[in-house]
Amino acid sequence: RWTTFSICSPKVCIVGSGPAGFYTAQHLIKVDIYERLPVPFGLVRFGVAPDHPEVKNVINTFTLTARNSRCSFYGNVNVGKDVSIEELQQAYHAVVLSYGAEGNRRMGVPGEDLAGVYSAKDFVGWYNGLPSCQELSPDLNCETAVILGQGNVALDVARILLAPTDILKKTDITQPALEALVQSQVRRVLIVGRRGPMQVACTIKEFREMVNLPDTRPEMMADDFEGVKEALKDLPRPRKRLTELMMKTALEIPSEKEQERQSKASRVWAFRFLRSPIEILANPDNSRTVGIRLAVNRLEGSGDGARAVPTGEVEDVTCGLLISSIGYKSLPIDPSVPFDSHKAIVPNNMGRVQHTAGLYCSGWLKTGPTGVIATTMNNSFDTARSVVEDMESGTVDVSAARPGSQSISGLLEERGVKPVTFSNWEKIDSLEMSRGEASGKPREKLLTVEEMLQHLTWTELILYTLKGNPMFFIMDAIINKLLQCKSIQMV
Amino acid sequence: MALVTALRRLALVRLRECSRRTAAVTSGAWLTGQRSFTTGTQSLRSDNKVTVNFINRDGEKITVKGSPGDSLLDLVINEDLDFDGFGACEGTLACSTCHLIFDEDVYKSLGRVTDEEMDMLDLAYGLTDTSRLGCQICLTKSLDGIVARVPESVADIRQSKDGSS
Repeated sequence: RWTTFSICSPKVCIVGSGPAGFYTAQHLIKVDIYERLPVPFGLVRFGVAPDHPEVKNVINTFTLTARNSRCSFYGNVNVGKDVSIEELQQAYHAVVLSYGAEGNRRMGVPGEDLAGVYSAKDFVGWYNGLPSCQELSPDLNCETAVILGQGNVALDVARILLAPTDILKKTDITQPALEALVQSQVRRVLIVGRRGPMQVACTIKEFREMVNLPDTRPEMMADDFEGVKEALKDLPRPRKRLTELMMKTALEIPSEKEQERQSKASRVWAFRFLRSPIEILANPDNSRTVGIRLAVNRLEGSGDGARAVPTGEVEDVTCGLLISSIGYKSLPIDPSVPFDSHKAIVPNNMGRVQHTAGLYCSGWLKTGPTGVIATTMNNSFDTARSVVEDMESGTVDVSAARPGSQSISGLLEERGVKPVTFSNWEKIDSLEMSRGEASGKPREKLLTVEEMLQHLTWTELILYTLKGNPMFFIMDAIINKLLQCKSIQMV
Repeated sequence: MALVTALRRLALVRLRECSRRTAAVTSGAWLTGQRSFTTGTQSLRSDNKVTVNFINRDGEKITVKGSPGDSLLDLVINEDLDFDGFGACEGTLACSTCHLIFDEDVYKSLGRVTDEEMDMLDLAYGLTDTSRLGCQICLTKSLDGIVARVPESVADIRQSKDGSS
């Protein structure tokens, strides 16, 4: 069945080159990936915290996929602007949308746009080198920072704000962010959630990292854990272990050694529960934030479904930095693509976009912005399976040939858009790594699209000289060729 | 899914080729992190090998031999076993994709589980009381003949339950 399938060579393209895009591509035979930026990997590059390099190992597998002759990468192509979804649908038998969640949920309270208030999405983009966030330059000249939200992104931000810069300077955090953090006056980070300890969205790994973060100590409030112990026994293991660790942190007297460590710590972090933002407080001339007014909540119901209900009591917290980390949000790409604006996803069945044959979605656009990389991996594999099934069953007609990238490349050329190939990305990659090497970092990211593109115009020759050995390229080509033959035999 | 398998194998073979080649290519190599995958262990005599029986997601039994000291993840990679998405973080305890399930008596013989491994296991699909991460289990002669089951991903379960997402 696969032989016939490969003869008629169905053309598939993917929009977005984050984990969802690459995990979907991994299961498709011939695929083109379009990416708005000149550089691939989406949130692995721009979302995963710099001090989590292990998580970025997935890039190695993505690179293998992208280097394969069956996969082509077209960076610097803004689908929806440079080329429309409709044009992609005409050129390909199947189009998979995996452009993620680039928007953020807003708090919807007065003062949200004051200076000193940032979305976690922008703050993360800033320290991770996302070109559109480089102007952020957050003001860290205050003692207390409040983070709204208690998910893993909130903890990433807290960790970056509090971590000793000696640790951060060995990561791929951007140089401007590192310099700002070295100067930072932030000594106290409050991580605020509208519900209780048993509803936090973070996972235990991230919480344990906070507990173990050098030069910091937790300041949890014992009262928050009243009655929690009794509810523990009925919880599923992940929630139970996380709650136990939080309780231990809040209630138990630490060992002597830990007490000594904590007493020397210069920075403090704390979770605050049952608090929702009402208003962001401004200084007298209304130019920047000086604090936040929080509603005190109580819980109605229990477990994951518990609802936060305001008690009527309010509480003001002084802070000079406010980061809202209450969730990412997918945005619609084209009026022709169904979009559920309430859930902020593309309505789908196993990745098949509703009422639109040949159109698919994967990743956060499909499920909403939750879950770890393995979650995205599984849901992307599912989407790829749906694509393959539909082509085999004839739901998607692949009998007539489609031009694929050929016609799209023509359109892009007409429109003056110059796509960045994967080997071009690898040149940027090499440059970033060699720049990083000079400063003891794994990578020093290029921070603007212009810089990335400029680099490609003169880099070819220099890089060739740097690598020094032309045999490397020849051998690489031969190995590639041999392996292709081998795989064809295996089929 | 022959072609998918082929692509996966190709990727794995390439991966191993690459890890071998990085030694020769000092700068500009695309590998950012240290690979924890071991590459060849042919030097050890075959009678020193440890037999492991994997049960894949289709319920099929796959028997392979590994060398003491290798992790179960190493074994999956070295033997090119086609378990979808297995070992995404390459054995750095940053994901839960090398999740394996054991019989209780085998589980008990695998030794202590660290908090960090438990933390990652908590994110694994189909977590059981006898779950472990393959990257954290090193082969020893005493584990000869063990059975390790690759759990179904959540999507598979969901698919067979109600056919929707």
